[in-house]
Amino acid sequence: MSAPVTMSAQAPAADAAAIRVAFRGMLGAFSLDAAFRAPGRGVTALFGPSGCGKTTVLRCIAGLTRLDGVCDVAGEVWQDEARFRPTHQREIGYVFQEASLFAHLSVRKNLLYGAPRHGKPAGPADISLDEAIDLLGLDGLLDRAPHNLSGGERQRVALGRALLSQPKLLLMDEPLSALDRLTKDEILPFLERLHERLSLPIFYVSHDMAEVERLADFLVLMGAGKVVAAGPLADLQSDPSLPLARTRDAAVSLAATVESYDTAYGLLTLRIDGAHLLVPASSATVGEARRLRIAAGDVSLALTPPEKSSILNIPPARIVSLSDAGPHEVLAVLSLGADGGGARLLSRLTRRSADRLGLKEGAQVFAQVKGVSLAIK
Amino acid sequence: MTADIWQPVRLTLELAAITTLVLLVVGTPIAWWLARSNAWWKEGVAAIVAMPLVLPPTVLGFYLLVALGPYGPGGAIAGLWGGRTLAFTFEGLVIGSVFYSMPFVVQPIRNAFAAIGERPLEVAATLRASPRRAFWTVAVPLARPGFLTGAVLGFAHTVGEFGVVLMIGGNIPGTTKVLSVAIYDYVETAQWREANILAAGMVVFAFAVVLAMMLLEKRAARVGT
Repeated sequence: MSAPVTMSAQAPAADAAAIRVAFRGMLGAFSLDAAFRAPGRGVTALFGPSGCGKTTVLRCIAGLTRLDGVCDVAGEVWQDEARFRPTHQREIGYVFQEASLFAHLSVRKNLLYGAPRHGKPAGPADISLDEAIDLLGLDGLLDRAPHNLSGGERQRVALGRALLSQPKLLLMDEPLSALDRLTKDEILPFLERLHERLSLPIFYVSHDMAEVERLADFLVLMGAGKVVAAGPLADLQSDPSLPLARTRDAAVSLAATVESYDTAYGLLTLRIDGAHLLVPASSATVGEARRLRIAAGDVSLALTPPEKSSILNIPPARIVSLSDAGPHEVLAVLSLGADGGGARLLSRLTRRSADRLGLKEGAQVFAQVKGVSLAIK
Repeated sequence: MTADIWQPVRLTLELAAITTLVLLVVGTPIAWWLARSNAWWKEGVAAIVAMPLVLPPTVLGFYLLVALGPYGPGGAIAGLWGGRTLAFTFEGLVIGSVFYSMPFVVQPIRNAFAAIGERPLEVAATLRASPRRAFWTVAVPLARPGFLTGAVLGFAHTVGEFGVVLMIGGNIPGTTKVLSVAIYDYVETAQWREANILAAGMVVFAFAVVLAMMLLEKRAARVGT
C-alpha cells in the first residue's frame, strides 16, 4: 500500500488490458481446445487453414456459439465457469464473411442500427457517423438499398455498422474472402487506415497470409482446433521451429519510419530496427510509419560487402540460427545491425551456398535484400 | 330482401377480419417457434396445426361443437357471462374459424421466418439488439411477404368456410348465417337470383385474392434479389 508505484503494481494493470480467451468443447465431430492471450490494442490475426477452428473461436468470443471456457476482455469477464453474457450484452463489433446487411433497411439505417441512441458514444472506437462515412468512403451511398451496392461497398457498410455500435473489441471473420482480388485491394487500405486511426483492438480471422502480413501486430497460429503458437507477428514469422517460416513464401513484416525522400531517384529512406533501407516509392511524408515485407527468398547472404552491385540494400547482420528447410535448402534467421541487435530477417539459401560460405550461428554477414515491398497507401 | 342479402356478406367479412387478426396474434408465436425450435416434438405440433387441411370440415366441426357446447370448455367460458354454450354464437364461430384457418396463416409465416435464416438475427445480436428488438425490427420486417400471404389466405379461407359453420354455427341470421350458408339456403328455397348474386360475388372475390397473391409474390421475389 505504501509503495504503489512499482513494477509489480503496474504489471497487473497492463495485463488487465489484455484479452484472455480459452474455449474447449465439441461441435459435432470437431473438437476445439484453444487458449491464448492477446494484447488489448492493435490487430490480432487468427491464422490457420480452413476448418482449424478460427471462426469457432471468434463466434465463441461473440457468444454466438457456446462452448465451455473463459473470455475476459480488458478485465470485463464475458464468460467463465459461472457466467455467460448473451451476445447482445457483449460490446463487440462483428463483421461476417458476407456483409449480411439488413435487406429491408437503407445504408444509413443499417449503419445506425447498433449505434447508441442516447448520450455521447464512448469507447475505444469512439467514432461518429460522419467519421465512419469519411473513413470508409461511404459518402453518396447512404440512401441506397443494400441490394444496389457492390460487394466491396457492402462490406464497407458492414464494417461501418460494426464500428458505429462503439465496440470494445472488433471481430472480423475473413471479411475479404468473399471478394475478388480487385475488391480486396480496394478494401485493404481502409482496414489499414482503421488500424492507424482507432485504438480499438481487432481480432481478424484469415487464411490468407498476405492479409496477415499487412494488417496484423499479433498472431495466433491455429491448426486442428488448437493454438499452435501465439505472439507478436514478427516473432512468429522468424521462428524457424514454426511452419510459417518454412513455407515457400515465408516473409517478415517490419515496422519502418520514413526518414527522407529522394525525389530525383524516387527513393525513400526508411529506418527499421538495426538498419536503413532504400525503397522505391512515389511519395511519402517524413516521420510517417510504414510497413515493409521482406520475403525469405529475396534475401541472399555475403560474407563481405559486395563492392559493385545493383542491389540497393546490403545491411550488416548476424546469423541467429540456421536450420534445414527441405533437403537442399537452409533457412537462416538474421538479426540486423553489425552487433546483431536489430529486427529479424529470414533468408533462404541453397545448402551448397551455406556450405561454401561456411555459415555458422553467430557469424557476421551482409544481407543482400533484393526486394522490399511497401504496403500501398 | 336486399337488406337480407347483405347481412350475411357483412357478417362474413366481420368474421373473416376478426379471425385473421386473432390468427396473426396467435399464429405468429407458433410460426416463430416452429421455424426456430429444435424440439423433437416440433413436427407433432406442426402436424396438429396442419390437420384442418386434411380433416373433413364436418369432423372438425363435430369436435368443436362438443368442445364449445355446455359440457365442454366452451360452456365453461360462456358461463363467465351467464351463457350456457359457445355453440351457435358468433364467438363460437370465431373460435372455430381460428382452428380451421390456422394452417393457412401459420405455414406462410413459418416459411418466411425460416427463409430469413440465422444470420440477420445474429447480426442484430452483435449490434446490441435484444432478442425482442431483433424480432420486431429484423425478423418481422424481413418476413413481411409471409405475413401478407398468411393474412390474405387466412381471410379468404374463412370467407369460404361452410362445413364447420354449419356444424357449430347453424343458420341464425345476423349471428351465424354467413355467405356460404346463405347461398345454400337460397338454393334450398329456390331463390336462384339471390344465390347467383352471392355466388358470382364469391367468384370475383376469389379471383381478386388469387391475383393479389400472385402479384405479391412477384413483388417479394423482385425485392429479394
